[in-house]
Amino acid sequence: MDVQATTPLDPRVLDAMLPYLINYYGNPHSRTHAYGWESEAAMERARQQVASLIGADPREIIFTSGATESNNIAIKGVARFYRSRKKHLITTQTEHKCVLDSCRSLEAEGFQVTYLPVQKSGIIDLKELEAAIQPDTSLVSVMTVNNEIGVKQPIAEIGQICSSRKVYFHTDAAQAVGKIPLDVNDMKIDLMSISGHKIYGPKGVGAIYIRRRPRVRVEALQSGGGQERGMRSGTVPTPLVVGLGAACEVAQQEMEYDHKRISKLAERLIQNIMKSLPDVVMNGDPEHHYPGCINLSFAYVEGESLLMALKDVALSSGSACTSASLEPSYVLRAIGTDEDLAHSSIRFGIGRFTTEEEVDYTVEKCIQHMKRLREMSPLWEMVQDGIDLKSIKWTQH
Amino acid sequence: MAASSRAQVLDLYRAMLRESKRFSSYNYRTYAVRRIRDAFRENKNVKDPVEIQTLVNKAKRDLEVIRRQMDSHAVAQAEVHWHNLSSLQPPPPRFKQFSYLSLLISWDYRRTPSHLANFCIFSRDGVSLY
Repeated sequence: MDVQATTPLDPRVLDAMLPYLINYYGNPHSRTHAYGWESEAAMERARQQVASLIGADPREIIFTSGATESNNIAIKGVARFYRSRKKHLITTQTEHKCVLDSCRSLEAEGFQVTYLPVQKSGIIDLKELEAAIQPDTSLVSVMTVNNEIGVKQPIAEIGQICSSRKVYFHTDAAQAVGKIPLDVNDMKIDLMSISGHKIYGPKGVGAIYIRRRPRVRVEALQSGGGQERGMRSGTVPTPLVVGLGAACEVAQQEMEYDHKRISKLAERLIQNIMKSLPDVVMNGDPEHHYPGCINLSFAYVEGESLLMALKDVALSSGSACTSASLEPSYVLRAIGTDEDLAHSSIRFGIGRFTTEEEVDYTVEKCIQHMKRLREMSPLWEMVQDGIDLKSIKWTQH
Repeated sequence: MAASSRAQVLDLYRAMLRESKRFSSYNYRTYAVRRIRDAFRENKNVKDPVEIQTLVNKAKRDLEVIRRQMDSHAVAQAEVHWHNLSSLQPPPPRFKQFSYLSLLISWDYRRTPSHLANFCIFSRDGVSLY
């Protein structure tokens, strides 16, 4: 139940990839023999599949090693290209680590970055965004669907604002592509990051969409043989991109069916947990929300202890890239969650292959262990006695 | 081309369900069975013979995908199985080689490219590698 961390390969994707792992192993940039030509044809087919999922032209898709690399290219590439005239970027406080870290490294290079706060719902305030745009702003970067709380940002409206103010708009759509309908022209998106292993594709591949009309210029991060229009040098891994293309095509076909099913399962999970356990809070706006990512805070119990109790269910209490640290998630802090509730949160992920039985089992175990852990919790005891926890003065020894 | 009859469609449906139940992974198995049932159910009232034939052809292609998966998943299972037993005894080399070769043979469904002929020779009756 941790599909935001990664997803299994869809069998149809594996089927598409296998020939390129066994027989058709040519380098797609080899121009002089059939091995190369076959590989190149497959790569271009995959490019078309990715492009058609997001309403783009195939020439606007560049293959990368994943959404992290795509985010780096988008943010650093655009900022550095326009550095002579534009020195300002805007992003949000709930972005993925790679976006925030790229911005931090740009600050060290002399750029100025505004980190927009989010409201309690997790959604940014559009008026604040408009106010933050300066004459020297080159890029606004806002993720489509948040990987920790599943909140959907108003991408079309942000695109409209950015296009009217002549600022480039980048969105990290790793958790959104193939799950909700996206069109880069309708939503006026200039750059978009795509991740393979979040949409039932292989790990180690992703793509970046870079608009051609009007042309967005990007300074390449990786120097080399000039592959991918000079924007990302390096041999394109044919089996991986074929997998990414197949994953995008399958996602396009299955989007409606999956969305309906995942919504039903999510509803089931939330309703069943909330009707059996008091004091459970769902983090993030319930309306502008992708159903497959549910973040719940269970008051008076530490999230890690619940995770350990649910040892036969794969869950997480934050994003995978921050799961090693003991700090509560910065995303939860940004939406104004109290420190204690932030420590008590668990993220449930529902995907294409999740079954009703798995959801029911998770709910049952969750309720069972929560009740047991709350019995042991002194905070719970105090709350039952009617004590207001905020009024307690904790003494130091 | 004559449109597929009801009997042919039902045969295809049964064949797909039968193959899907062979997935050793719980999640793939349940997904395949569920998806096939829902897809056939959704399309049961389609009347246009051209559309029916398109759907049948797609289903046949998906059935082949599932059949090919059985070989790859069998190799994956065998690898895991032998890895777990490796502390007990060394895996018989024949078994591993056979699973791998059966996987390669199943990929012979596409044309055998002539430029690969000097590396491996695949034939219906046997495989020789050199």
